[in-house]
Parts: sequence; C-alpha cells; structure tokens
Amino acid sequence: MIWLAILIGSVGTYLLKLAGFVVPTAVLDRPMVRRVSGLLPISMLAALVVVQTFSVGSAIAIDARLAGLTVAIVALIFRAPFLVVVLLAAVTAGVLRAVGLAS
Amino acid sequence: MSRGSAQSIRASALGIGFATGAYALSFGAITVASGLSPLQAQALSLFMFTGASQFAFVGVLGAGGGAVAAVLTAWMLGARNGIYGLTIASLLRPRGAEMLATAQFTIDESTAMAIANDADRGEARKAFWWTGLSIYVLWNIGTLLGALGASALSDPGVLGLDAAIPAGFMALLWPRLRDRQSWAIAACGALVALALIPVTRPGIPVLASALVAVAAGVLIRERK
Repeated sequence: MIWLAILIGSVGTYLLKLAGFVVPTAVLDRPMVRRVSGLLPISMLAALVVVQTFSVGSAIAIDARLAGLTVAIVALIFRAPFLVVVLLAAVTAGVLRAVGLAS
Repeated sequence: MSRGSAQSIRASALGIGFATGAYALSFGAITVASGLSPLQAQALSLFMFTGASQFAFVGVLGAGGGAVAAVLTAWMLGARNGIYGLTIASLLRPRGAEMLATAQFTIDESTAMAIANDADRGEARKAFWWTGLSIYVLWNIGTLLGALGASALSDPGVLGLDAAIPAGFMALLWPRLRDRQSWAIAACGALVALALIPVTRPGIPVLASALVAVAAGVLIRERK
C-alpha cells in the first residue's frame, strides 16, 4: 500500500512539474492559479506543524514535541540552518523525556 | 559569458546542494521514524524529488492519515512546481527528451537559480542544471545516510525524533512567512487544522487547510 502510494504520489508530482511545460500557457498562467499554488505551501505547512505537534491520532496532546517546536522557532529567529533547527528540537524533546519533565 | 560567472554559478549551486543535503539527512531519519523503510525513503527522494511534498507525504502517513490523504497532500504541495515550469519553459526552451528531464528537476532552488541568471539563456541553463543535479545527488545521499542512521536506532522516539518532524515543517514554512498576509494565511491554516484534529480522521485537517489558500487566492483578486 505504501509502495503504491509512493508510485502514484511520485507520478502525480512529476506530471504537475511537467504541466508547466506542456499545458498551454493561457490555461496555467492566470493570476489566481499562480496565487493559489504559491499560497498552498503556506497554509498546508502551517497545518502540518500543528498536526505533528499536537495530534495523537484524533486526540490533542501537549507533550515534549511542543517544547521542541518552541526551541526550533527560537533557532529560526536566530537564522540557524535547517539541520540545527531540527536537531535542537529533537534534543530538547529527548532530554525533557529522559529527565521525566515531559511525556 | 565570462569564466568568473560560470565558476560562481557552480559554487553557489554546490553550496545549495550541500545545504539541501542536510535537509535530506533529517528527511531520511524522519521517514524511518514515521514507519517507512529506508528503501521507501530513497524511492521518494529519487522519484518524487520535491522536498515539501516528501516531508508532507511521510508526515501524513506517520500521523495515521492513510495513503490517499498522503498522496493528495503531496500533490497539492507540488502544484507550485507547475508554475515554476512555466518560467523554466520560457527561459530554457527545452524540447522533447530534454524537456521531460528538465521537468523532474524543476523545483524551488533550481528555478530560483535560473531566474537569478536569466540575462543569458546559456547561463540560465547552466545555473538550472548545476543546481538541480547537485541537489539531486546530495539530496539522495543525505536521504540514504539519514534513513540508515535512524534505522540503526532501537527507538527513535527516545531521541525526540518525533519532535524533529514539526520542527522540520516549521523550518520549511519559515522562509515563506514574508509579510502580514502570509502570516495570516499560515495562522488560518493552523487554526483550521487544530479545530479539525478531534472531529475528523487523521489526514483530513491538513487537506482542509488547503481551502484557506484557495479562499485567500480568490479573495485577494476580488479586493483588487
């Protein structure tokens, strides 16, 4: 099932890339199409942040992930590179759990 | 074209390649922590090859959202590459097999580098391909190392790898928060997802947040 999803997902993202080359410009090159496709990553990445921070299945939980995210945001404000941001979040959550301060 | 600019294009392209290779380390690790195999992580980097879609795909699967929601989320995040394709098509004018190959490498960074060197078609093409290929190679090496590293750990949760996932999405979102409008759209997307977590199946909250972008895209036009 995961392999089929990888296949279908990859074919679809490739066809989306190809669309810019083969679909007539008049169809794609509209201000609204440009705007929506540019805005989709903003709303969906924000949603992914929230879902990955607070959800446990269909329940909402506050745990060490929130502390990790907070540290990540501070690191981003200080212009830390991607890998540092991600590592700091992981280390924060791991340490809080190891000392029993968060689940 | 001067030799100096060709060298500086190559140097920037390699720099971007190494930076995204570092993203890929965390992509590989997060993918394995989300329950996929290292081979599946590698297949995503080889064939899907568009970072935000890959992260979202494994994020939705890891959160229990199911394959259909994972695929749809990856597609929606990849839609912007089609718009990049418009720019690259007019800038490089590839034909036939070259066009089919060019499409696969049409991503954020290669498009930005081609636009930055658009004074001359030859330079734009060099910038596009050097950036695209150096990212492709280093992105896949990073994925391999990250996935193998994480699969060597007995329990990724102990190291806080689950907390690395939202941090990774935040780091992908951060550079896109350029003005008040983008902050507002991000806040609305986040609120829609938060409100839907308890009342919908996993996977739906992220898909529903796409409606915020669609509504914003329509409303902005009406205001003008």
